[in-house]
Amino acid sequence: MKEFKILAVIAALVGITYYGIEPYAHHVMHPEVKAADFAFKDLKNVDTSLAGNVVNGKVLVEANCLACHAIEAAGHPATIPNADAAAAYGVVPPDLSSAGRIYDKNYLANFIFDPVSAMHLSHKYPVGGAKAFPMPAYNWMSPQEIMDVVAYLQSVTPKVAEKDVHKATYDAACGRCHSMSYAKSEATTPKDAIKAYMGATPPDLSQYIKSRKEHYLHGFINDPQLLLAGTSMPRVGLSEKAQEEVIAYMEDIGDSKKAEREDVGLRVMLYTLIFAILAYLWKRKIWSEVH
Amino acid sequence: MAEFKQADSMYEWFDQRLGIDKFVKVMMTEYWIPKNINFLWAMGVLLTVMFTLLIVSGIFLLMYYKPDVNMAFDSVNYTIMQEVGYGWLFRHIHAVGASVVFLVIYIHMFTGIYYGSYKKGREMIWISGMLLFVLFSAEGFSGYMLPWGQMSYWAAYVITEIFGGIPLIGGDLVVWIRGNFYVSDATLTRFFMLHVLLIPLAILGAIVFHFYALRFPHVNNEAGEFFDFDKEAEKYLAGDKKNSKVVPFWPVFLSKDFFVLGFFLLFFFYLVFFHYDFAMDPVNFDKADGLKTPAHIYPEWYFLWSYEVLRGFFFEIAGVSGKSLGLIAFALAQAVFFLMPWLDRSPMVKPANQRPYFKYWFWFLMVDLIVLTVYGKLPPTGANAWVGFASSITFLTLFISLPFVTKAEAKKVGGK
Repeated sequence: MKEFKILAVIAALVGITYYGIEPYAHHVMHPEVKAADFAFKDLKNVDTSLAGNVVNGKVLVEANCLACHAIEAAGHPATIPNADAAAAYGVVPPDLSSAGRIYDKNYLANFIFDPVSAMHLSHKYPVGGAKAFPMPAYNWMSPQEIMDVVAYLQSVTPKVAEKDVHKATYDAACGRCHSMSYAKSEATTPKDAIKAYMGATPPDLSQYIKSRKEHYLHGFINDPQLLLAGTSMPRVGLSEKAQEEVIAYMEDIGDSKKAEREDVGLRVMLYTLIFAILAYLWKRKIWSEVH
Repeated sequence: MAEFKQADSMYEWFDQRLGIDKFVKVMMTEYWIPKNINFLWAMGVLLTVMFTLLIVSGIFLLMYYKPDVNMAFDSVNYTIMQEVGYGWLFRHIHAVGASVVFLVIYIHMFTGIYYGSYKKGREMIWISGMLLFVLFSAEGFSGYMLPWGQMSYWAAYVITEIFGGIPLIGGDLVVWIRGNFYVSDATLTRFFMLHVLLIPLAILGAIVFHFYALRFPHVNNEAGEFFDFDKEAEKYLAGDKKNSKVVPFWPVFLSKDFFVLGFFLLFFFYLVFFHYDFAMDPVNFDKADGLKTPAHIYPEWYFLWSYEVLRGFFFEIAGVSGKSLGLIAFALAQAVFFLMPWLDRSPMVKPANQRPYFKYWFWFLMVDLIVLTVYGKLPPTGANAWVGFASSITFLTLFISLPFVTKAEAKKVGGK
């Protein structure tokens, strides 16, 4: 009994210390911010309840978007190499093939209406400022036309096989700016161009699942300004599902042994438990002779 | 030269040459340990096992680690963690083990203080133990630099910078330690050498010395009772095992240690596989960048109390800068535990709860160390800085007052 009391005292001292230096210190150094919002409720310029017309959307996209954007899935491959595109626009414009799949519908509609306010980048591209975002606002389009464009983009997006979806979403959502050396993947925008465009080289994401952790990434990707005010990283507007795929990919690459670790962990603990029980029985036998 | 008989068996052949029989008796079956002990007496064996785990996992890591600023980070986080079969396992055991070994060291150390196991003939056990604490600290610090993450770099920067506060030679000393004007490749390579060669050698030597220092004064017991070990051993060997106050190291003492070890390892492996962030700080998974200071720099948890003593003095007192005061307090904090046997003036060797004054001193120290540890991690701003200052002063005051407290206790108990 006395030994249990001693154990309880030690557990209490260790527990208090642990609470202070881990959960409590973490809470002080990284205060909680607003929860992630995957409905992008702050964006209200376009009435997204309107049903889009795919045929009309196709006409609008071909007239307005294809000058800069490729849509590989609809038979419109990129017309100039990445390096030239980056030189012309600052960053390689995205291929819109997966836009209908990875972006939230409300975000996408409002992005077309006004990219800068949707991305939460008005500090970087103020109205009438020296720098302008490479894509103009399409606020002259009617809400119906914008929803037609969205409907068209959603209709052309190809279905991705389950096993490839993590990588496909990551490449489409992050791969133009971020490299991930542990996946041997380099940002499609050349290094110097992206550095000039963003103000600093966007970090290599190989170990971000470990250095930032899932909880932080969950909030950060949804709205970078909340956790890192002033950053030039845009709010990308991923749907919750797409964001989960991105984080899953970061884990596939950055913590590739997770499944093995958890499996081996259980086995090792089971083995240790058997050892502990045997050791206890042996100890009882030995000590019964001396007590 | 002794005369050798023809050996009848292989065992006898070796016994003639190596004295196996005698050796096993001296080291194991007739090495006597008090019977009146609790599980806290198993910490020594736990530490030996932990140290072995660290050596073995370290050897595996050493096969793939690259001590070069351009390669170190990826050799750990890519090659070892993701490419080498079970490399992640060795890294996790090594990193979590390094943290947990300090938890056990602290339990071991404060068990010694609680039961008064550092005085009346046991001074050398205590001194050698404290020496091991210092060596393990150096080992932990040098090892933490090797993955070359942000916290590796900035902790190395801050800690080496501390030596700059030493009068006259400070500036030169920092350059000498770093091998450069800033923390650089030369720093990494020399800390690598220290971590894998010089300090482990010193630790091995100190462990042998620590064990040896136990032989003559013998292990303390739960009641702090002094008795004649030879007489009790005779009783045991004559078959009166139940009334003897001693048990042999093997198998009796170790059987209890293995039982404690079993449950301890269960806890340890849980941390290794499922709960390792406390020992593998997320910040350290960002590669070292000398141009980008992290928002918060803090050492590993086991250094936090002394780190807080260092930064607790944040303002000038009587013309001496806060930095110098902190450095003096820090140096005192490192040395003062060595002096326990002489600061404690009471002759009592009893568990603290049976000592009229010392018990308050002991629990006060525990509380103060926990406060120092927690505030050592928090940002030192506003009220936190003052808590740090107060708890640092308390720490020093506790040790300055110890001789007086224990002297008064000696008087009260009348030299018992």
